[in-house]
Amino acid sequence: MPVLREPGARYAPPRVSALGLRALLLIGVSLGLMVVDHRQHELQMIRATASMVVWPLQRLVNAPAAAWEWMQSSLATQHALLAENQSLRAAARESSLRLLRLESIEQENLRLRALVQVEPREAERVQAATVLRVDLDPLRHRVLIDRGTRDGVSRGQPVIDASGVVGQTTNVGPLAAEVILLSDPTHAMPVQVVRNGLRTIAVGSGDAGRLMLPYLPRNADVQVDDLLVSSGLGGVFPGGLPVARVVEVRRDPSQPLATVSAVPAAALDRDREVLLLWYPARVPPPGAPETAPRARDKGPPR
Amino acid sequence: MTDGDRRSRLLLTAVAPVALVLCALPLPRLLDPLRPDLLLLIVIWFALMMPRTGGLLFAWAAGLGLDAFRGVVLGENALAFVVVAYLVHRFHLRVRMFPLAHQSLVVLSLLFIYQFLLFWIDGVTGHPLTDWARWLPVLTGALCWPLLAGLLGRLAIRG
Repeated sequence: MPVLREPGARYAPPRVSALGLRALLLIGVSLGLMVVDHRQHELQMIRATASMVVWPLQRLVNAPAAAWEWMQSSLATQHALLAENQSLRAAARESSLRLLRLESIEQENLRLRALVQVEPREAERVQAATVLRVDLDPLRHRVLIDRGTRDGVSRGQPVIDASGVVGQTTNVGPLAAEVILLSDPTHAMPVQVVRNGLRTIAVGSGDAGRLMLPYLPRNADVQVDDLLVSSGLGGVFPGGLPVARVVEVRRDPSQPLATVSAVPAAALDRDREVLLLWYPARVPPPGAPETAPRARDKGPPR
Repeated sequence: MTDGDRRSRLLLTAVAPVALVLCALPLPRLLDPLRPDLLLLIVIWFALMMPRTGGLLFAWAAGLGLDAFRGVVLGENALAFVVVAYLVHRFHLRVRMFPLAHQSLVVLSLLFIYQFLLFWIDGVTGHPLTDWARWLPVLTGALCWPLLAGLLGRLAIRG
């Protein structure tokens, strides 16, 4: 290296002289990346590669919590295990009983649907996924799950838990996928009040225990303790999944809209196990690329 | 490549992944918004003390790594990191002479610029976050600076 300096000198001048030029160049590259990534979503390859690179680090972050959980489960006392076993047995008995009733109702439903000539509902498929203990961003409600494109996960897929809707997948890598939770301030989903079928939109509030319904007029028929389910509009979530329960309705005479907030049915910030849902969508989600080529293969309908 | 270069490069490759991991380590909800931007602080330190090793390219790569880690728009943190690293490079001879408390003030303004750039990019890409909690890491980061600078300085001397 032809840099002249005294032997033993602690300070070495920066190697590059055209600092501003280099900074401008890198800023330009970043801007280009952002535009392409945000506008076109054409960086799937780069994103997939990047997510593969950070995947070991994310596993590493998850490791202490996973080890702690493993220790807890393997060092549990026999007494605790027995108690847990008993309560699980009771729960299983109860749900199998309910399942028996559900089966007969489903048969009845199929027959009735055939009578009124409505297409039967197609089967859904679910797959369990584990939520990694990785904090992605404190202000955005997103979590990382350990399923990716390798398991058939795609962008915009509904994620639920045992008690309700959790959110939907956004960035999907080969081994992991990001899930945007209902409570994220940028998330909104179409919902319906079970009691009267009133449709509206539930928006995340940035607080894991709260959703807002900001688009209801002051005289809308909504009450505290109303159950909200997904309405099936929008094409992301299937209809009829529990979403939240209304806890507060404020009608200010000077405001045209009511202030309604609800508590999510799912344990958004405590879930460790979630379910990914595949269901045959009637409405293709916006920007779904898979359906277009298939339609072209079949040729124009005659 | 001199011996010192090699040593500082080793330090860089050891410290950067650790910082990235610490950026995502699960914390209780209460402490989570207080988490300082450790990776950026390290980028600032290298740009300040070892400008030959921790150049703009390192800052850019670190930012891109954070983008991939957090799943935000690719290039967001990369751009902000490069801007901050450029400013540090530009004034590194002056800032190095400052006492630590004074340096912390400089770092405070740099972190503010970083958060403002993120705020701006978030707004443009349609994910505006107007929560006041977003500005907390600026304060905690500046408070962490003397500790981090002392630690990294020690590590650098020992090699």
